[in-house]
Amino acid sequence: MFKKRHVLSMREFSRDEIDSVLDLAESLEPYARGGKCEALSGKILALLFFEPSTRTRLSFETAMMRLGGKTLSLGPAEGSAIAKGESLADTIRVIGAYADALVIRHPKEGSARLASQFSPVPVLNAGDGAGHHPTQTLLDLYTIRKESSLEDLKIALVGDLKYGRTVHSLAYALALYGADITLVSPPTLEMPAPIKSDLAGKGTMVRETHDLDEVIRNVDVLYVTRIQRERFPDPYEYQKVAKSYRIAPENLDGVQDGLIIMHPLPRVDEIAPEVDETGHALYFKQSFYGVPVRMALLKMLVGDRLD
Amino acid sequence: MKLRVTPIGNGTVIDHIPAGQALNVLKILGIDRTTEATISVLMNVTSRRSGKKDMVKVEDRELEEEEVNKISMIAPGATINIIRDCQVVEKYTVDMPDLIVGVLRCPNPSCISNTNEPIKSQLLVKSKNPVVLRCVYCEQPITEKIADYLI
Ligand SMILES: Nc1ncnc2c1ncn2[C@@H]1O[C@H](COP(=O)(O)OP(=O)(O)OP(=O)(O)O)[C@@H](O)[C@H]1O
Ligand SMILES: [Mg+2]
Ligand SMILES: [Zn+2]
Repeated sequence: MFKKRHVLSMREFSRDEIDSVLDLAESLEPYARGGKCEALSGKILALLFFEPSTRTRLSFETAMMRLGGKTLSLGPAEGSAIAKGESLADTIRVIGAYADALVIRHPKEGSARLASQFSPVPVLNAGDGAGHHPTQTLLDLYTIRKESSLEDLKIALVGDLKYGRTVHSLAYALALYGADITLVSPPTLEMPAPIKSDLAGKGTMVRETHDLDEVIRNVDVLYVTRIQRERFPDPYEYQKVAKSYRIAPENLDGVQDGLIIMHPLPRVDEIAPEVDETGHALYFKQSFYGVPVRMALLKMLVGDRLD
Repeated sequence: MKLRVTPIGNGTVIDHIPAGQALNVLKILGIDRTTEATISVLMNVTSRRSGKKDMVKVEDRELEEEEVNKISMIAPGATINIIRDCQVVEKYTVDMPDLIVGVLRCPNPSCISNTNEPIKSQLLVKSKNPVVLRCVYCEQPITEKIADYLI
């Protein structure tokens, strides 16, 4: 059951709570595709983006509108102007009085938690610096559940596993389902040791390799993340690494028929455009699934409460 | 163990401090070169319980709860002995609270708790010995050099 007031971090989700979000998302999916729904008619969602984001902001906006509600938003320019003059706590108190829920993205870690302490209405964390981005993780799980399976899952997490916050919270959530996880990254971008030992402590099978070819034929899901150029002082080194983790059709020989390839987007060079035409490419659908998942969260936090 | 310093009539003996932490205890108590109080510091004395330990004896002073809470963070297992009229009248082992508010700052420079927001730092105690704390805001763990983060 889902009794949360805020959605701040995946760490706070039990497997049952995740399942209840995914179940509701499933039943809302027809409305995400355009079916008429007025569940949140008369409600207002405030979008506070202190940092740029396109997909996440538009996806929340779409979710609210598909539920018959309205949105008001603060863009990065206004956000940073406010951030100079006023504490985040005060901004939250003010805008929290205008809206029925707040979505926040802010560069400082822990900012969503702070917002929740001052907000009179539910807060949804849409990314707090290098911290958390729980709605991304929930939509990833939804995608896996719909297009593959969360039971007995074999998944490879590929790319920047050191800095990429999405893979950290995804790995954490997958551990709740007992997934078999293979970490594939360049040696300099391995998943931080404390996160790995956290996962191992949950009884998950976690393997580590630098070689993508070694695992690609043995997994149900390939979750690819971007390797950022800025992480490499030497451009030649970057080129070499980027090439060895790039997925092109020729890498897909002999993979399982049902293999799905996911990516949180934006994609740069990690996946060749030719892969889009194969049945394995799931990233655009994955991005769409953000809408029903965010609809489910909004409905749970805003719609179904009496207070 | 033989007493190496003159007994005090009234005051506090902080005993069973992990070896090496006595100076941090003094820092928490705000004792520096300007102090006029009578203080004895014993470092690396042999202890029956734990090999080596440090000890701090402060004359004519009993500690505030907040000071004891701070000591618990760098010296889990330390005992506080209150001496009145040359006798130990009270003895207890320091205990860390489950949530530490406003005592330690978060080591993460990008944490919202290190900005000008109207909040106090909050650290959850995940484990008392060894000490493992986690920032309520950014969730970063703190396990080392805890004395460096005292506010
Ligand atoms: N009047 C005093 N002046 C200075 N130090 C004292 C005085 N009375 C006790 N102490 C010191 O305070 C500590 C606690 O004294 P206590 O007599 O309870 O010793 P203990 O039985 O070894 O206790 P514990 O089990 O806590 O080690 C000891 O280190 C002792 O040397
Ligand atoms: Mg003793
Ligand atoms: Zn912090």
